[in-house]
Amino acid sequence: MSSVLFDVPGPKARIRHRLLAVVGVVVVVGIVGFVAYRFYDTGQFDAKKWDWIQYTTIQQDLLTALMNTLQAFAAGAVLALLFGAVFAAGRLSEHAWLRGPSMVIVEFFRAVPLVIMLFFFYYGLPTVGIKMSPFAAVVLGLTLYNGSVLAEIFRAGILSLPRGQSEAAYALGMRKTQVMIQVLLPQALRAMLPTIISQLVVLLKDTALGFLITYEELLRYAGFLGGKFEFGRPLIPVSIVVAFMYIAMCLLLTALARYLEKRNRRSKKHVELDDTGKTEAVALAAD
Amino acid sequence: MRVRTLAVTLLVGGLALTACGKSGSPADSGSSSAPQAAVATDVKVDGSKTFDAMKARGKVVIGVKDDQPNLGYKDAATGKYSGFDIEIARLIAGQLGFGEDKITYKAVPSASRESAITNGDIDYYVGTYTISDPRKEKVSFAGPYFVAGQDLLVKKSNTDITGKDSLKGKKVCSVTGSTPIQRVKDQKLTDADKIVEFQTYSQCVEKLAQGAIDAVTTDDAILKGYAAQDPDNFKVVGATFSQEPYGIGLGHDDKALRTKMNDVLQKAYDDGTWQKIYDSTLGKSGSKASPPPLTRY
Amino acid sequence: MDVLVNNLPLFLSGFFTTIKLFLISAVGSLVLGTILAMLRVSPVPVFRAAATVYVTLLRNTPLTLVFFFFAFAFPLLKIVSPDSFSYFVAAITALILYTSAFICEVVRSGINTVPVGQAEASRALGLSFGQMLSNVVLPQALRSVVPPLVSTLIALLKNTTIAAGFSVAEAGAIRSTLSERGADTMVGLLWVALFFVVLVIPMTLLQRSLEKRWSVAR
Repeated sequence: MSSVLFDVPGPKARIRHRLLAVVGVVVVVGIVGFVAYRFYDTGQFDAKKWDWIQYTTIQQDLLTALMNTLQAFAAGAVLALLFGAVFAAGRLSEHAWLRGPSMVIVEFFRAVPLVIMLFFFYYGLPTVGIKMSPFAAVVLGLTLYNGSVLAEIFRAGILSLPRGQSEAAYALGMRKTQVMIQVLLPQALRAMLPTIISQLVVLLKDTALGFLITYEELLRYAGFLGGKFEFGRPLIPVSIVVAFMYIAMCLLLTALARYLEKRNRRSKKHVELDDTGKTEAVALAAD
Repeated sequence: MRVRTLAVTLLVGGLALTACGKSGSPADSGSSSAPQAAVATDVKVDGSKTFDAMKARGKVVIGVKDDQPNLGYKDAATGKYSGFDIEIARLIAGQLGFGEDKITYKAVPSASRESAITNGDIDYYVGTYTISDPRKEKVSFAGPYFVAGQDLLVKKSNTDITGKDSLKGKKVCSVTGSTPIQRVKDQKLTDADKIVEFQTYSQCVEKLAQGAIDAVTTDDAILKGYAAQDPDNFKVVGATFSQEPYGIGLGHDDKALRTKMNDVLQKAYDDGTWQKIYDSTLGKSGSKASPPPLTRY
Repeated sequence: MDVLVNNLPLFLSGFFTTIKLFLISAVGSLVLGTILAMLRVSPVPVFRAAATVYVTLLRNTPLTLVFFFFAFAFPLLKIVSPDSFSYFVAAITALILYTSAFICEVVRSGINTVPVGQAEASRALGLSFGQMLSNVVLPQALRSVVPPLVSTLIALLKNTTIAAGFSVAEAGAIRSTLSERGADTMVGLLWVALFFVVLVIPMTLLQRSLEKRWSVAR
């Protein structure tokens, strides 16, 4: 890709690039070095600040917190995919009474910030007598928010499938629901896989909002541990470790997407979508 | 293949992480000399839904704080809770028939207390929970079991903050949804844009240690705990300007359980258990206190 | 309605802070994101690598954690004085750093849609890499970039609410004050939700119409 924008550099350009590279390295090393020096200078590398990592109880609690994060993610992901599939079908329905409400619901939940939804479920609903555990509130929020984004992704995917697919299915005598469930949705799902996975990464990251409503996930535990006086308030070490855990999880998920996509391309069932559908879906999945 | 290698690496890494490790705690406050709470048998609380739910579950879930030394504090290294509020919670649980092994603690920050109770996440809440009328509309209170007063925590070197009237123009931190922050706002003790709000007091104390704020305000009992933890850095101003009766928060309509808890507290007041609990936790700093009269309703 | 009328100053100042947060961080992340995108397509490998690492790290970290870092951990490093680094500034820093990673990706994929001939032609005219990007490629990339860019900005608008957990009194923080005052939090939250719907729906419509108008068959 980058070769599109510039020719193979000539001797002058090579020297210039080398110079720039040196400048770049100096700048990057400078920034990293400065931050590292600030870390060192403010005692972030002191053994005391990292001591907590050796305690078995803390390791276990950290793992429990991680499991809670993953639990919310797993439940949220499955339900959001379901929600997305149902409402994508709803929005594409021939009946206006299905299409209208589906559209309103999807647009509404895409517009309302997840934080507000979580607050509403956890702090608002109990005042009218509906009880919600933090876990239920987190999962519900993740489902509605990401589900409605996924619904749009599915819809864009289905719309960009070649018409021949549904025409052929109807010609075989399949009914509308059959066409949707057996022909269109699976293909759209497969074609949109990269976008879907990147939305799932968003979902995984959004579980961190659970700490606002006392769900005992990774970030809440980080906050708890980071404030502990007996470990010298290891906020920075804890942030680093937790950030590493999140990044690793998200990258694993992305790697899974790549792997599936690669395997997908090899299979003959793959249908090439037209470009507009794809770009639209990519546009939708921006966090 | 690569996926499998990755999985194996993760597994081995995880095992390695959990296999070696220290136990025990770097904090000295770990061991508590508080009296072991007696566990009652055959407890009956007629007409209490919360109690029925506890019985059915075989466990009691108590909402507490986990970052307030000497009141409600979780030692991260041992996972054990300690402090005055914890002992009171334990005492009540024992008298309801739930021993130490039947208690699950759940850390709930101030702003989520009413929701945690009305949602049924917790059976009752013991954590510097001031009894107030607006709160009584959502939950109910047994007690009070202690009376604190709002005070200020400042850096040891600070000399210009001497009480609530010297707060003008200073950055003051407290916790979202707490009574102290409401008082600061209502009485306009400092400018609105100088008020800093976080979810927990320990976050405010972190900010004080960083020098990003001038004072942390809340009940003296909480502040004394932080000052005792880090006496070289912090001090409590010592000019209380309110009365904060601490109650045990529980469901709004659960009068039966509330009465039962008040009975338990009264008994602990009378037979000296309360005093023993106090002396072994909050009283360690030398200050004296006696149990406040209960207000039953 | 009562909740809104009785606490009007609270709602107004909350909404105003949200919009302020949004506008400042939108401009900031557009600038930073474009610079990052230029680095990511630069002929100098170090620039590419640095920008790639930045984007990968920030895109895979929860925004809440970024907030957490800048509100609590970053001041510990004593890089800037705590007086100038208010929670509002911390929130803006977190939002800009996080969103710019997404904007970088959007701009970069937009650059990819510009036909090769354009770049070749500008090189033939003797334009430098920077001139070519800013005068030829980026203006054309803009067309395919704007719709996803609007989505990213919508996400940014919604993400400002996370600041509520970090001592910034914006729309998301209205709830806690309402609850302290004993007002009906549920109705209050519905008003906040409505506020966002009113802001987001026009942006979505704009995005759709731009997408339709500017989608060119290439």
